[in-house]
Amino acid sequence: MSVPAQIIDLPVADAPASSSQRHWFRADFPVIPALILLTIAFVALFANFLAPHNPELGSLTARFKPPFWQAKGSYQYLLGTDQLGRDVLSRLIFGARISMVVGFFAVMVAGVLGTTLGIISGYLGGWVDQVIMRLTDTWLALPALTFAIFLAAIVGPSMWNIVIILGVTYWTRYARVIRGEVLSLREREYVRLAIVAGCSKWTIMVRHILPNVINSAIVLGTLMLGVVIITEATLSFLGVGVPPPQPAWGLMLSDGKQGLMVGYWWLTVFPGLCIMLMVLSANILGDWLRVKLDPQLRQL
Amino acid sequence: MPFGTPGVSGGPLLELQNLSTHYVSSRGTRVVRAVDDVTLRVNAGETLGIVGESGSGKSTLALSILRILPPAARNVSGRIMFEGEDLLEKSDNEMRHVRGKRIAMILQDPMASLNPLFTIGNQVAEPIQVHEGAKRATAWERARGLLRSVKIPSPETRVTQYPHEMSGGMRQRIVGAIGISCEPRLLIADEPTTSLDLTIQAQYLNLLRELQKAHNLALIFITHNLGIVAKMCDQLAVMYAGRVVESGPVSQVFNNPTHPYTQALLSSIPRMSNVDQRLTAIDGQPPDLSRLPAGCSFADRCPKVFDRCRAEAPPETSPGPGRTARCWLAAATAQQPQLAALAGED
Repeated sequence: MSVPAQIIDLPVADAPASSSQRHWFRADFPVIPALILLTIAFVALFANFLAPHNPELGSLTARFKPPFWQAKGSYQYLLGTDQLGRDVLSRLIFGARISMVVGFFAVMVAGVLGTTLGIISGYLGGWVDQVIMRLTDTWLALPALTFAIFLAAIVGPSMWNIVIILGVTYWTRYARVIRGEVLSLREREYVRLAIVAGCSKWTIMVRHILPNVINSAIVLGTLMLGVVIITEATLSFLGVGVPPPQPAWGLMLSDGKQGLMVGYWWLTVFPGLCIMLMVLSANILGDWLRVKLDPQLRQL
Repeated sequence: MPFGTPGVSGGPLLELQNLSTHYVSSRGTRVVRAVDDVTLRVNAGETLGIVGESGSGKSTLALSILRILPPAARNVSGRIMFEGEDLLEKSDNEMRHVRGKRIAMILQDPMASLNPLFTIGNQVAEPIQVHEGAKRATAWERARGLLRSVKIPSPETRVTQYPHEMSGGMRQRIVGAIGISCEPRLLIADEPTTSLDLTIQAQYLNLLRELQKAHNLALIFITHNLGIVAKMCDQLAVMYAGRVVESGPVSQVFNNPTHPYTQALLSSIPRMSNVDQRLTAIDGQPPDLSRLPAGCSFADRCPKVFDRCRAEAPPETSPGPGRTARCWLAAATAQQPQLAALAGED
């Protein structure tokens, strides 16, 4: 018997092989999470064409229909209907749009706010830094969800309000991380050269610091996407999120929870599954990006 | 002769008058006299070499001139006259238009001075756009010309490349190009060749001299390499513990050093003529700049120390035309034993 081949080529992929870094996107790219996210994005984009029914309009004659493979199910409603006779699949498809829009824009708001403050804080230093960082500390001390509920109660529920609320709730992580990055960047020789060359502080922050922190901001954004989507779902579940006729996944969970005990499991399982898949995919992708981009960032 | 080309036009371009820069600890309990009572002048088109060991205040002096000191530093006293204006009187905004435009600087590590995310053309053109409000296209055209003048081959393609695509020597020359991009009158080079190997060093120094001639540029060359001083400089200032202990024309200081510290520095250079002799080292350490002795700060290490040195700090005296020295011996001594000129063997 010869030695099995597997023993000889043990996986050495974890070793920092320089040649494999050229093909970094091939080596351990999380294909499935990326595909899931792309699918959700595609579905969200073309919801109008893909959804078989109007997500907000039901027929009361067709309430609580189970998915098609069950006894009373029909191919007309593939994933069943809810208490108002609305098609669950169509609601999920349109819900993807809400999750995507809320997730993407909330991360943008948080990112722009946090990155701006982080750069200003880190580069200017002194009392500006003190003020911004103490504000960040205070913000971090607030329980995020309670704070978001509080804000939602003040401004009232609507999708765009939720975007702003989540942005305002989560900017602190950006501010912290970006500031740390800037503290090291501003001591770099090329930043000093820019000072010596007579660039203003503003020019240096925009032209020399910002492009160097974009990588980190993107990584952080991918990781934040999961957090933001789950918070959005939680807010909707608690009834302070996206207002009822719209099909947010969290709201579907909330509406379906009474049905769970009497066997209408499809009302909660499918939206729950969607949330889980999306958040998990975003997290895996973000984690991968973080590992991939960080060492390169330091190499520069 | 490698040195001795006199300044092209009369009148000093830059004149430091009794400049002192101190670092103050946050509670104000410790004061480090990094630059103490320095008086120097640089004429247009002339090269001033500043030598001294690490921590003698050379770099702080350079930062003081450009007013880019770290927050803990204070310009305690003195004046920095540049083209007839006191730079210490200028507002931050006015200073911004001096930096890069009229006084440029090459930093200690030019290898790291380029932003990895931007093309070469972008970075060479930046000061032109900042200071002269030039359009992008004209600034890039100038950038190409500048790269040509620092002998970068095929500048047309190089402008669109990134720093990591260049060799170390090239990057250095690019930093030089950024330095002269707005035609400054004065270029401060803070140990610009320490990170380069010797052949590239020589090329770079030659290039700097050519640029200096072409643009009638005054140069302040901060280094601890006396060989480079002999090759590059017209004037020399030796710094020790924040003070200029000796200054004057390079040939005179090299041939006839008055201050024992300068003498010790010169005799610690290896020479081809007397290979069997051991190199002399200066015993001891430079003093703590926050606790300078009452007398001469070199007294503890000085081979010729006498009582007065420990009691009183020596004033700046002039042992010859255009020369200064801070030593009690300087005024008294007529002629120091001749030290072979470095230049002859360089």
